[in-house]
Amino acid sequence: MERRVVITGMGIYSCLGKNLDEVKQSLWDGKSGIIFDPVRKEMGFRSALTGYVDIPDLKKELSRNQRVYMPEQAKYAYVATAEALKNAGLSLDYLESHEVGLLYGNDSSAEPVVNSVDKMREKKDTTLIGSGGIFQSMNSTNTMNLSCVFKLKGINLTVSGACASGSHAIGLGSLLIKWGLQDIVVCGGSQEINPYSVCSFDGISAFSMRESDPAKASRPFDRDRDGLVPSGGGATVVIESLESAKKRGAHIIAEVIGYGFSSNGDHISVPNVDGPRRSLEMAIREAGIDKRQIGYVNAHATSTHVGDQNEAKAIAAVFDDYKPEVTSTKSQTGHEMWMAGASEVIYSTLMMHNDFIAANINFENPDEDSAKLNIPAKRIDKKFDTFLSNSFGFGGTNSTLIVTKFVE
Amino acid sequence: MSKEEIIERVVALLSEEFEVEADVITPEANIKKTLELDSLSLVDLVAAIDGEFGIKTNGQEMNQVQTFAELYDFIEKKQA
Repeated sequence: MERRVVITGMGIYSCLGKNLDEVKQSLWDGKSGIIFDPVRKEMGFRSALTGYVDIPDLKKELSRNQRVYMPEQAKYAYVATAEALKNAGLSLDYLESHEVGLLYGNDSSAEPVVNSVDKMREKKDTTLIGSGGIFQSMNSTNTMNLSCVFKLKGINLTVSGACASGSHAIGLGSLLIKWGLQDIVVCGGSQEINPYSVCSFDGISAFSMRESDPAKASRPFDRDRDGLVPSGGGATVVIESLESAKKRGAHIIAEVIGYGFSSNGDHISVPNVDGPRRSLEMAIREAGIDKRQIGYVNAHATSTHVGDQNEAKAIAAVFDDYKPEVTSTKSQTGHEMWMAGASEVIYSTLMMHNDFIAANINFENPDEDSAKLNIPAKRIDKKFDTFLSNSFGFGGTNSTLIVTKFVE
Repeated sequence: MSKEEIIERVVALLSEEFEVEADVITPEANIKKTLELDSLSLVDLVAAIDGEFGIKTNGQEMNQVQTFAELYDFIEKKQA
C-alpha cells in the first residue's frame, strides 16, 4: 500500500534570510537579495550581479576536522539542515539509531577544484593540496558531509539534475517513502555563490546586464527581462511517512502529494514547451487532484527570454481557462540553481501557511505569453491549500512538485 | 632561523591551523594526539609546514616525527 508523505521539517539559508522567520519576512516585504559584486568585474565577468549571503562561520558548531571537508555550499547545506532537523524534532540520538536517508541536490563544486589545481601547479606537489581538497571537490560533497556530521544511516545520495536538482531530491525522496523503502529522508539542495562556479555561465551571456539597478535585474515574466541573476545558499526539507510522523508526535507542516518529471530530449540549453507541460501533467495526475485545487503556482521562471516564455506557454496549456496566481520567487532571490527546487518549496510553504502570495517583483509589463497568466506584481493576501512548484534544468530535465496543507 | 624562532612560529602556526590552545604544544607532547591528526589531516600538517617554512617533505617523512621537539629539530635540519 502506498504511504502518505508529509513534511515535518524545513530549514533555509538564502539571500532572503538566514532562517525561516527572516525569509518569511523578506517574502512578505518583497525584498531583493541581489547585489553588484565588483570582484566579478575585475575577473572579467560580463555581469557582476549575484544573490548574496555570508558564508556561515561554523567554528562553534563543528570541529576543525569536520569543517575542513566542507566547501561553501556544504556549509549552507549544514545550516539549513540543522534548522530543518531541529524544526522536525529529530535529535542526533534519533538519527544515529534509525535509518534516516539523505537525498541532496548539488551539481558543481568549482572553487575547491580551482584552488586544488592552482596549488598543484604552483607547488608541483599534490600533497600540498591538503586533505580537504578531494572531499570539497566531489559533486557529492553535500551528502558526504551531511551524512557524517548528522550520523545519517539511510540512503545517502547526491541528486544532480542541474537547476532541478533540489526538486528532484524531494520528489525521489517522496517516492522512497511512498513505497516503504525509507521512513524519513532529509532532502534539499545547496548552491555555491563564488565567482568560479558561474563564470562559464556568464560566458554564454545568460546573466542580466542590468547592473545599474541590482534589485530590478531579476524580472521573471516581465517583457524587458534580459537574463537571470545567479544566486545560492542552502535549503532542506525533512520528509517522512505519515505513520512515522505520528509515531514520533512530530508537527506536520504539509504533505507532498505529487511528483512529476520529464526530459525534453531536445536542446541542451533552450527549453521547450512539451517537456515542462508533461512534467506538470504528471504531477497533477500523481497527486490525484483536480487542477482547480491548486491555489498557487511557483514557477521556475528565471528571467531568461525563452525560458520564461516557454514555461508561461506550458502553464497556460495545462491550466487552460483556470488562472491560479503564478509567481517566480526568483524575482527576489535570483536563480538559486541546484538549491532552487528545495528553497522554492519552502518559500511556497511559508506563503501557504501565512495566507499570502509574495509579489513577482519587477513584473511591470507582460509579454504576449505572460499576459495569459495571472501574475501578481504586488503581494496579495490569499488563503490557499495547495501549490505546484516547477523546476527545470539544462539538458531538459524537468521536475514538478505538488504540496498541500495536511488534512487527516 | 634560530631554534626559538622556529618554536615560536610552529606554535603560532599549528595552534591556529588545528585550533588548539598554544600552551598544549609542548616539546614533549605527541603531535598526532595533541593536534588530533589522522591519516588525512597529517597531510595538512605537511602543507602547513611547507607554507610556513618552505620545507619540502611528505606524509611518510612527517609520520616519523613524533613529538614537537622532534618537529623543531626536523625543521632546523631541513633548513640547514
